Amino acid sequence: MANNGKKQIDNTKGELVMENVTRVFRIPGAPACTALRECSLTVPRGSLTVLVGPSGCGKSTLANIAAGYDHPDSGKVLINGRPVTGSGRDRIMVFQETALWPWMTVMKNAVFGPAMAGHISKAEAEKKAMALLKKVGLEEFKDKYPAQLSGGMQRRAELCRALVMDPKVMILDEPFRGLDVMTRELMQEYLLTLYRDTGLTMLFITSEIEEALFLADRILVMTNLPGTVKTEVDVDLPRPRDFHVLSTERYRQIKAQVMDSLYEEGAKIFAKLDRAEDLLGTCAN
Amino acid sequence: MNPYIVLGLLLAVVLAVGAWQQKKKALLFEVSWGHQVRKTLTSKGFLLQLAGFITFVLLWELTVKTLSLPWFSRLPGPWECLMEWLSPDPDYGISIYTQDYYTHIIYSTYRATTAFVLATALGVPLGLLMGWSRKFYDYSFPLVELIRPIPPLAWVPLAILVLPGDEPAVIFVTFLVAFFVTALNTLLGVESIDESYFRAARCLGASKRRLLFDVVLPGAMPFIFTGLQISMGAAWFSLVAGEMIAAQYGLGFLIWDSYSLIQYPVIVIGMVTLGIIGWVSSAVVRSIGRKLMAWRERELYGNA
Repeated sequence: MANNGKKQIDNTKGELVMENVTRVFRIPGAPACTALRECSLTVPRGSLTVLVGPSGCGKSTLANIAAGYDHPDSGKVLINGRPVTGSGRDRIMVFQETALWPWMTVMKNAVFGPAMAGHISKAEAEKKAMALLKKVGLEEFKDKYPAQLSGGMQRRAELCRALVMDPKVMILDEPFRGLDVMTRELMQEYLLTLYRDTGLTMLFITSEIEEALFLADRILVMTNLPGTVKTEVDVDLPRPRDFHVLSTERYRQIKAQVMDSLYEEGAKIFAKLDRAEDLLGTCAN
Repeated sequence: MNPYIVLGLLLAVVLAVGAWQQKKKALLFEVSWGHQVRKTLTSKGFLLQLAGFITFVLLWELTVKTLSLPWFSRLPGPWECLMEWLSPDPDYGISIYTQDYYTHIIYSTYRATTAFVLATALGVPLGLLMGWSRKFYDYSFPLVELIRPIPPLAWVPLAILVLPGDEPAVIFVTFLVAFFVTALNTLLGVESIDESYFRAARCLGASKRRLLFDVVLPGAMPFIFTGLQISMGAAWFSLVAGEMIAAQYGLGFLIWDSYSLIQYPVIVIGMVTLGIIGWVSSAVVRSIGRKLMAWRERELYGNA
């Protein structure tokens, strides 16, 4: 069976590879901004890979390119070895801000994708969506409009809308940003449950180390502009994880490793600021 | 029938409607009817609204009748107008008892409605198309922006020249203003839709056509209905202007004609009638909008 391994690969799950991706933004009246330079990364099939980096380091640009909303100036994006050309339903993105359509009920939002794809019947789609909604405790809210839900509930509904598509890769761009701490922790647990049950390939983007550590199989640390992946850290904390994991020795070790890498980045920013102040000082004189 | 009796009946109707609304509110907040009525009658909002009306009527009476100020002395007073309006035998031939009064109302309403419906039927699709397709936007927007600032009355001569008879000309002029308001508000509505709604739809595999019906149209709906309310108002004011120039019936004609014939109370009757019809038509548009946008209503009132 070992040499037959290739055929065993579950092709419903995807492996996301970015090779030497460079993206430069040119806006009239401003110096060209290199958001990503020669950025390479791999999100292995069925893994929960977390990309962590300081804000403004090009994380969202990377997410947009992976999802196909934006195109790299050079470099390649591959899903299961095939190049990505645009947005498609094999890569579903969950955004920073809620993108549930406010004019559709939770259920209508959730079955929109399958209805568009048309490969399963409406009843089947609803059944599938219902199972997911149940998992995140929203079954009673299926006929409510998004505005009637709390922020955390909206995020959960959005996870369902994405998961119901069985995407090859799910890209989550700081999805829990702006939620209060308790809701956030709850959401992380929901996400882990959903990850355990579906085993989907997930690329989760965040600027919070604790969130990254709690969720990840693997953490990719991103450098500042121009962004590129600097360090990879394997998170070998046992699953299922709960808050107890936060007090283990291994957690502290990995956290220190990630923070060292990140602080080097932070220090670079401060160094830049210092230089800027020096410049300002000279001008004043 | 005696005008005083009619006045009493009208007041009774207003009071009955008010009482009914209060009853609904009392049921909603689970308080007694009497309590709710007392609360409303003594509420600051209601008292201020009442004060506003009374101040207006008193100022009118004061300037026109009591003091009879130089420029105002030729105007009719509020009571005079009210009695003329309710009189079975009006001095100037227009009151709620005369056939002519309703003929004018029906003509004006018919024209405004026709223009409004046409403007909506053409303006909403135009706005949606401009917002949905970049190509169509480039193609049509500069033209729309060039034609839009032309005041409606400037179109009257051409409209009369080209269209058969005065009637289509008046409707055309009315339509034009409402059309541009509707189209532009619809376009603004599409542009106001959050980009993430489009992205979400695209990654879930929505076709361009589904995008139009499931994202663009509902997303633009709040702006469309704001536009429709403005266009309803715009339709009425350009209609009256059109009627003053080229019509034999209608409230605009009535007002202008009464001016020529020195029948001043009729001017006021025409104006107040326009005010009431305009208000009712806006309320109708608003309530249709509310029905269509239940998702938004609940946003405002919390968990309904």
